[in-house]
This record gives sequence, C-alpha cells and structure tokens, in this order.
Amino acid sequence: MIKHLRSAADLDAATATLILDTAAEMAALSGREVKKLPALRGRTVVNLFYEDSTRTRISFEAAAKRLSADVINFSAKGSSVSKGESLKDTALTLQAMGADAVVIRHWASGAPHRLANWVDGSVVNAGDGTHEHPTQALLDAYTMRSRLGRLDGLRVAIVGDVLHSRVARSNVLLLTTLGAQVTVVGPPTLIPLDVAAALSEKTQVSFDLDAVLPDSDVVMMLRVQTERMQDSYFPSAREYSRRYGLDVSRLAKMPEHAIVMHPGPMNRGMEIAPEVADSPRSTIVEQVANGVSVRMAVLYLLLGGK
Amino acid sequence: MAQPRADAPSKIILAESDLHRVVDRIAHQILEKTSGATGTVLLGIPTRGVPLAHRLAARIHAFEGVEVPVGSLDITLYRDDLRLKATRALGRTELPPGGIDGLRVILVDDVLFSGRSVRAALDALNDVGRPSSVQLAVLVDRGHRQLPIRADYVGKNIPTALSESVKVTLTETDGADEVKLLGGLS
Repeated sequence: MIKHLRSAADLDAATATLILDTAAEMAALSGREVKKLPALRGRTVVNLFYEDSTRTRISFEAAAKRLSADVINFSAKGSSVSKGESLKDTALTLQAMGADAVVIRHWASGAPHRLANWVDGSVVNAGDGTHEHPTQALLDAYTMRSRLGRLDGLRVAIVGDVLHSRVARSNVLLLTTLGAQVTVVGPPTLIPLDVAAALSEKTQVSFDLDAVLPDSDVVMMLRVQTERMQDSYFPSAREYSRRYGLDVSRLAKMPEHAIVMHPGPMNRGMEIAPEVADSPRSTIVEQVANGVSVRMAVLYLLLGGK
Repeated sequence: MAQPRADAPSKIILAESDLHRVVDRIAHQILEKTSGATGTVLLGIPTRGVPLAHRLAARIHAFEGVEVPVGSLDITLYRDDLRLKATRALGRTELPPGGIDGLRVILVDDVLFSGRSVRAALDALNDVGRPSSVQLAVLVDRGHRQLPIRADYVGKNIPTALSESVKVTLTETDGADEVKLLGGLS
C-alpha cells in the first residue's frame, strides 16, 4: 500500500479499486447502531486546514473518529499561522506531537508534496490550490460505480471552470486510470489545453456542452471559482450560465440513465439550476455521504497496517 | 510465526468424504444442543467460515427442515495484530435481515488456533448487536490457545506442533474439500 495520498496519480488501478471496495464495506457501518470501528485506536490524525472548507473537513473528521483515531483540528485562522509561522515550522510542531497522519488543505499547489518531506506520518491531500483533490475524485468514482455499476468505459463529461478546479484534475487522472472516457467541457478561457493534453492523452476536450450531453453517462458540473479568478474569463455570469449552465432543458438532452454530479459548494442558478440540483438524477447529497466512507477507507489503508 | 515452506511435507487429515461427515455431525450436534436450532443464527468468519456456515445451515435444513439464518462477520478491523502486518483487505459483514438481537449466535470458523480471531469476533459482535448467547463451531481445533476460549462444536481435534500449519480448503473458495497438515518433521 502507498504511504501518502498526494495526488490521484499516486494510485494505480488496483490500489484505487481496493480503496473503492474497502469504502463499500465501510459504508455498511452507517446503517449500524454503533458507528465506530476500533481499527485506528491510539492513532492521531491532524486536520491541517489553511483554506475554508465545510464538507471536506467534517468528512475527514467523521471518518477518522469512526475509526477511533484521535482527531486534532487545526485551521489557519486563530493559529500561529496568522502570526506568520511557516508551513515547515507548523509541520515540525505536528511532527513533535506525533501525528500519524496529516490531512492538509492549502491554498498553494504542491503544499502536500512539501509537507511529506517534513513529517514521518502519512500525508493526505485534501485539496491544494488549483492542483489536486484526490479524495474527492475517489468519492466521485465511488458514487458513479454505485449508481451505474461500473467505471470501465463510462463516458464522463467534466463541465465548467476546469482551469481552477483541483477536482477536475484529480478526476481526470483517476477516472482514466480506472478506464473511463473523460471529456472536459467549458469556455476556451477556462480550459488549460496543455494541461488537459498532458494529464492524459485519452482525455477529450470540447467547447460545446450541448453536443456532449447526449453521449454522457455522467455529467459533473464544476463550481465557477470566482475567488481564484484574477481576470475576466467570460463576459458575464448570465452568458456563462446560458452556454455552460445545466438547466432543465439540458438535463432532458442527457440519456435516461445519466446522472448529474457536483462537488459542492454550488452556485445555484450559475453552473447548475436549482431544479437540476434537487432532481433525483443528481447525486450531490449522496456524494457527501459517500465521502465519509471513502475517507475511512483511505485512512484505514494508509494507517491500519505496518 | 514462520510459515512452513511450500515444498514442506504435507499430510491429509480430512479427505472430502471425511469433511462432509464432520459437517453433518456438527449440524446434528447443533440441533441436539440447541433443541432444534430455533432462535439461532449462524455467523461465518470470512473467508472459510462463511461457506461452512452456509453448509451447516443447509444440513440442518435437510435433517429437520429448520431454516437457520446465515450471515457473515468480518473481524479484520477488530484484530489485535492489525498494525503488525501490512494492511489487509476487508471481508464482508452481512447480518441476516432479522438481525442478531436476542438470538443465539453460533460463530463458525475453519481453524481454532490461538483464539485471537474469536476474541476479535466477540468484539465485532458487540458492535453489531446483543445476542442472547454466543457459541463457537470450528472445523478443526489445532490447540495452542493463547486466550481462555474454547469451542462448543469441534469437527476434529488435531494435535499439532507450532512449526506446523493446518490448511483447510473448501470447494466454494479453493476448488476442493480437504484439510491438510503442512510442515513439521514427519
């Protein structure tokens, strides 16, 4: 088993499948009265969050607690980081406290890779800048597999702000490893063509959402990340929504069995219409529930053994 | 513990027909000791305890027409040697639809050795429900207990040396029914 989960590229098909299978067993726990397993008793998991997060932090915390690990939550606000402490000094502090795993979210791409050089424990990337978010990709893959029964040969469209999306990058890497056919869709200004090509030669690029929809089993909408945008990438929110937003009429163009995904948080009315987000074909709430099972599987597989 | 080499001498302890007779006998003993196996659930411990539990249920049904619910109980996450070995893949835990609360649970495993698996199973059981009582059925008891645990139903007692190992194969998991003793000085 791997030691760190820094990138979806750390996972080969066998390891990724093992994580998804383990997550399926972990999911059975949520139906039990005692939602706790002793597998990580006495282990310490630190949640190191330099960026705001609701679902990812809570999800990792719930996952670690259900495996009986001790959880220490650290957020940059209200810590010595606001006094100017560097990532390395913070890492050495965690090291001295004996963290067995550090779950890190950071605004800088590559921060988990640096951190892995400074601590002895396992490092799990919970989102680094515009780079990667591997556990999100795993929970998305898990959701697709549980809804549609397979990943191999599945046609997945990833739509919207690909340029700023760590979710898109990790998903492209993981899904192509698992045999899915990925098409990234969005305005040319928000698709890094070189990156899309470099990520995988199997990935296709399209600027026309309406042409891609009828041939997709999964449509994954991405959040337009205005907080990361320093330029104007499209003329107006309305125009973006008209060309790349998923509304009821576009939903009707998708095959009957196709599902709609969104990693959250959503801009309702921008990239996704409220009626679509709340429709039975949307897996958005399911994705959150699956997140806990998948993160339990990751923590168990990284920390459970020798 | 050192595993015997692949080319170590081996001895067949139970051939196919012996194994079937042993399963039949355990099924009869369960019926006898539980007065007809009412209010009873069989829980197999993966991997080979699960097909054994299903066979016992089938035999009990054949002998007296009683349907005994069967399930499986994975103990991986409850083992005391988890962090001494490489990460293990999980098995499946599947309780019968009626659950186990207030019922007599019979744990089923292939080999009883140190007793540590059974201890883990008792812990796992504690988290999934509250049975009225718990019993243990094993195909082979090879001795060398490290915990105060004993089986209620034993297919065959095999005196072994620590350097030996007992290998159970079943049609469902390995393609053939057999119990072998591997290694040692024979």
